Amino acid sequence: MENNLKKVDIIFEVDENNTPYDVLLKTLKRPADEIILDLIDSGLKGRGGAGFPTGLKWKFARNEDGDTKYVICNADEGEPGTFKDREIIDRVPEKIFTGMTICGYVVGAKEGYIYLRGEYNFLLKPLSKKLDEFNEFLKKNKIDYKIYLKSGSGAYVCGEESALFESMEGKRGEPRNKPPYPTVAGYNSKPTVINNVETLVYTTMICRIGPKKFKDLGTSDSRGSKVFSVSGDTPIPGIYELELGMPLHNFVDEFGDGDVKAVQVGGASGHCVPRKKFNDTIIGFEGIPTGGSMMIFNSSRSMYNVLHDYLEFFAEESCGQCTPCRVGCQQLLKGIEAVKRGERPPAYLDDLKKLTGTMKIAAKCGLGQSVGNPFNSIIDNFREEIIY
Amino acid sequence: MSKYLVNLKINNMPVSVEEGTTILEAARKLNFRIPTLCNHPDLTVAGNCRVCVVEVKGSRLLAAACATPVSEGMEVFTNSEKVRVSRKHIVELLLSEHNADCTKCFKNGRCELQDLASEYRIGDHVFLDLVKPESKILDISSPSIVKDDSKCIRCQRCVRTCTELQGVSALGVVNKGDHQRISTFFNKPLHEVVCTNCGQCINRCPTGALTERNYIEEVWNAIYNPSKFVVVQTAPATRIALGEDLGIAVGERVTGKMVAALKKLGFSKVLDTDFTADLTIMEEGTELLTRLKKALVDKDESVVLPMMTSCSPGWIKFQEHMYPELLDNLSTCKSPQQMFGAVAKTYYADKINIKAQDMVVVSIMPCVAKKFECERPEMRDSGYQDVDYVLTTRELAMMIKQAGIDFDKLEDEHYDSILGESTGAAVIFGATGGVMEAALRTAYEIVTGREVPFTNLNIKPVRGMEGIKEASVKIKGVKPEWDFLEGVELNVAIAHGLANARALMEKVRTGEASYHFIEIMGCPGGCLGGGGQPIPTSPEIRKKRAEAIYAEDSEMIIRKSHENPEVAEIYQQFLGEPLGHKSHDLLHTHYKPRKRY
Amino acid sequence: MLTTEALVKELVEKNGRSRNSLMPILQGIVQKEHYLSEEALLSVAKELDLSAADVYGTASFYTFLDTVPRGKNIIRVCKTITCHMKGKDEVINALSNALKIKVGETTHDKKFTLLTANCLGWCHKGPVMLVNDEVYPDLTPQKALEIIEEYGKEAK
Repeated sequence: MENNLKKVDIIFEVDENNTPYDVLLKTLKRPADEIILDLIDSGLKGRGGAGFPTGLKWKFARNEDGDTKYVICNADEGEPGTFKDREIIDRVPEKIFTGMTICGYVVGAKEGYIYLRGEYNFLLKPLSKKLDEFNEFLKKNKIDYKIYLKSGSGAYVCGEESALFESMEGKRGEPRNKPPYPTVAGYNSKPTVINNVETLVYTTMICRIGPKKFKDLGTSDSRGSKVFSVSGDTPIPGIYELELGMPLHNFVDEFGDGDVKAVQVGGASGHCVPRKKFNDTIIGFEGIPTGGSMMIFNSSRSMYNVLHDYLEFFAEESCGQCTPCRVGCQQLLKGIEAVKRGERPPAYLDDLKKLTGTMKIAAKCGLGQSVGNPFNSIIDNFREEIIY
Repeated sequence: MSKYLVNLKINNMPVSVEEGTTILEAARKLNFRIPTLCNHPDLTVAGNCRVCVVEVKGSRLLAAACATPVSEGMEVFTNSEKVRVSRKHIVELLLSEHNADCTKCFKNGRCELQDLASEYRIGDHVFLDLVKPESKILDISSPSIVKDDSKCIRCQRCVRTCTELQGVSALGVVNKGDHQRISTFFNKPLHEVVCTNCGQCINRCPTGALTERNYIEEVWNAIYNPSKFVVVQTAPATRIALGEDLGIAVGERVTGKMVAALKKLGFSKVLDTDFTADLTIMEEGTELLTRLKKALVDKDESVVLPMMTSCSPGWIKFQEHMYPELLDNLSTCKSPQQMFGAVAKTYYADKINIKAQDMVVVSIMPCVAKKFECERPEMRDSGYQDVDYVLTTRELAMMIKQAGIDFDKLEDEHYDSILGESTGAAVIFGATGGVMEAALRTAYEIVTGREVPFTNLNIKPVRGMEGIKEASVKIKGVKPEWDFLEGVELNVAIAHGLANARALMEKVRTGEASYHFIEIMGCPGGCLGGGGQPIPTSPEIRKKRAEAIYAEDSEMIIRKSHENPEVAEIYQQFLGEPLGHKSHDLLHTHYKPRKRY
Repeated sequence: MLTTEALVKELVEKNGRSRNSLMPILQGIVQKEHYLSEEALLSVAKELDLSAADVYGTASFYTFLDTVPRGKNIIRVCKTITCHMKGKDEVINALSNALKIKVGETTHDKKFTLLTANCLGWCHKGPVMLVNDEVYPDLTPQKALEIIEEYGKEAK
């Protein structure tokens, strides 16, 4: 089988003759609607995991009335197995700032915020230094926009956009009821665009290279490339920008250790793909979408431990406000423990699978809704490992 | 701006509702009941219990009916297979973290979770029991409220009540995930924190996680004890709400039946807090006039205005915590309950020839803060604890049921005398604005010799459910001894619910408004919406109770406190005069600053 | 050393009195005092005119805003699956033995607190730990002990 894995260099690429600053000044001369059209044309979808079309999001926010709007960069990267945003922030922060500023220009916002997870506090100093330079540049060029830095304090759920707003407003990071959506009422209840770090960098790059070069990559459902965080049983763990739409087996060929049993695509909240499905699994919105986390497990690993680890994570990190998630996560965790210990029959796993069906449609936010992904995919493919 | 009409279908039935209406409200219009737990008519929408989920055509996710606004063309299904399965799961999950010890629970039979479990035929628990052993340790530190975390289902109604309605925030949500719970500051016992004991959280708790500290057994023991003379007093707002817990419609007055039931229960004498409500007016009205004179004529700077009422023990504790700098503004009058206790164990005990130590004073109150109030160290001026036990309206209903009394069939009976005579002015103490109205009826007449200039004595501007009410009464044609009040515009304000009280106190503190007299009741609607009243509560229910109170007033023969013959008698025979030496000893008190956390 | 009250006042001056300033203020206190004491939260509540229970409830939501006393140096070892696979248990055991404390505890001399954390974002370089804000990837038990030893010297 041919290897369709294509490495790409857009995100981290540095061109001294065409810096983010140059892109910014050039782009701000273009009509805002044209920029939106370019983004829509590029097919760029959010890289945080949910995959909402970025151009549309900006368009919605632009169409909202209101003097005060915000642009927020979601740098609360907390999905287990994901570490690409940290690398992007560390290496090419100006591309993020530029994307935020272009967004501010397009939607009519004068303030941008970066919400950086508390676990990355060591990045605060270097980042704020670069941010000061950038803000200075904006000021010098009479661009009425400023970016501020906020930091989190250790709460996975704050990566959920409305929880992030709550946290920025000094409250418990509990997701809000939707609607209203952020583009209508986000931070401080004002129209807000919130984008993932990587998405913002792509917006900068699409402004630089044009939508065509971007959409030539990937597939019709999954345009462009994406940064993957590769970890687990691989000889070459790290960060790789790859074209979207690749078959999983190509990925495993490239990154596996020759004994790969399963790949968890999309982090703890993603899907576990067993060896037998590597051939017909596409990484992209038409197959299994991912925020970039690829955890590789070889045959020495216990999938019970893997699932247990994920469930423990969700039981701790659920905000706790809604019933399906707060209680559901605990039931799943204690449930597999009870089956393992023989206190509940194996068939109890099916009761729990039904419960994840409820969590998926009745939980308040994406956290509770997605716990069923790892649960069902691991139970379905590695049932024996859970029971015995 | 007029609102658009939105057309949608619920269970295939078309309905048009105003833009912004929730699915839950729209379904109610079609008489489809969608179960709820975290939703409450007095509170903002939370959307966190998820019991109200419904299916919306075209959506992958179910929607929380309470939190989702309708949209044009929406098709909603409230009982589809997905909905039923999910809803049952959610009830099962709630039960798995709930200490379902139903038969032993104070809320047995009156629990919303129990009702749902029964409705959905939750049989054997499918899921594992998640109740944490440490959650079963009750907080019984407060004489008013018992907190049992093992029964808590995290709907957060109590937190929203404490924050939104009461502006107290003694309770908050702490931790996250599997450790999330409802807690005070650093998990301190309730009696140590800013909790005002108002009990509004109890009125809105769907389960037995928050209940009143009940004294039913203690009261039965006193009744059965042959060496005790047990007198009972009933607060104004009990007579218009007790029926709700005994199968009688909301808003129906049951004064005579309540008296009959109390006699059947075996109380030695059935007396009325309304009597001391009238007494309060005499004392408080006189105190107000005295303060006005000292401030306006004597220019005595130690006298502070506005004077604020002191009947509501939740409000008093609120003030002690939140605005200790305004404690001197509070009237020094004890509440009617405590005036009753002090008078019962002195004047009344003498009259009926019973030793004070043999007398047990029981109060029936719409309130749980009264349980705290009667235990305050300041409330022992008779030489004993003036009031021994406080029962809520709800506890009385339980005793009546225990005694096998068919309440509905009881013939009306009258209060015993003395300390049983009262007026319309006393009855309206039970509604927000009532103390103000009663005080104005008396004070105006003392000063001018004429009745207040309002049709049928009904001072409408101080009535109603608006959070903060303001009124002014121009005083004209005063008697010579009150000439300093001639032409004075008496400015008054009224607030009910402590969040409103807080807003009003901010106005006072910043000097934004200047009033002479302020009435505050700790609970929404005043005592009629008290923390000890029958559950459920809602704006509509409180409105009906208020109507009942004003109806009771209008039917009373005497409607002004100073015309209560028993009040005249007690001054003549015992107290001397309002604010006199004896009054000072028995009927007045002082307050103390408390910490704010 | 500033008193807690003075520290809170300083942070409030810097960040403002609105609710939106709550997180940076709490973070600032933890930076200096390693945890949020009753006294600290009461001062914050007073300065921002918020209820104490509300401030406590907000703080308790966030793993890094501790409300129990912590040592001068807080060690957080990532416990998530990939670090698990690469030997985080051995690292924790080594630290636990060297410091003579269990996970969740603080040494008697208040120099160290040993905690675990959910994914720290270094899955390709596990096991990893944070000591205060500093990150230490690619750990072995031996490396972890050397790092702690350095902190021990500084903490004198």
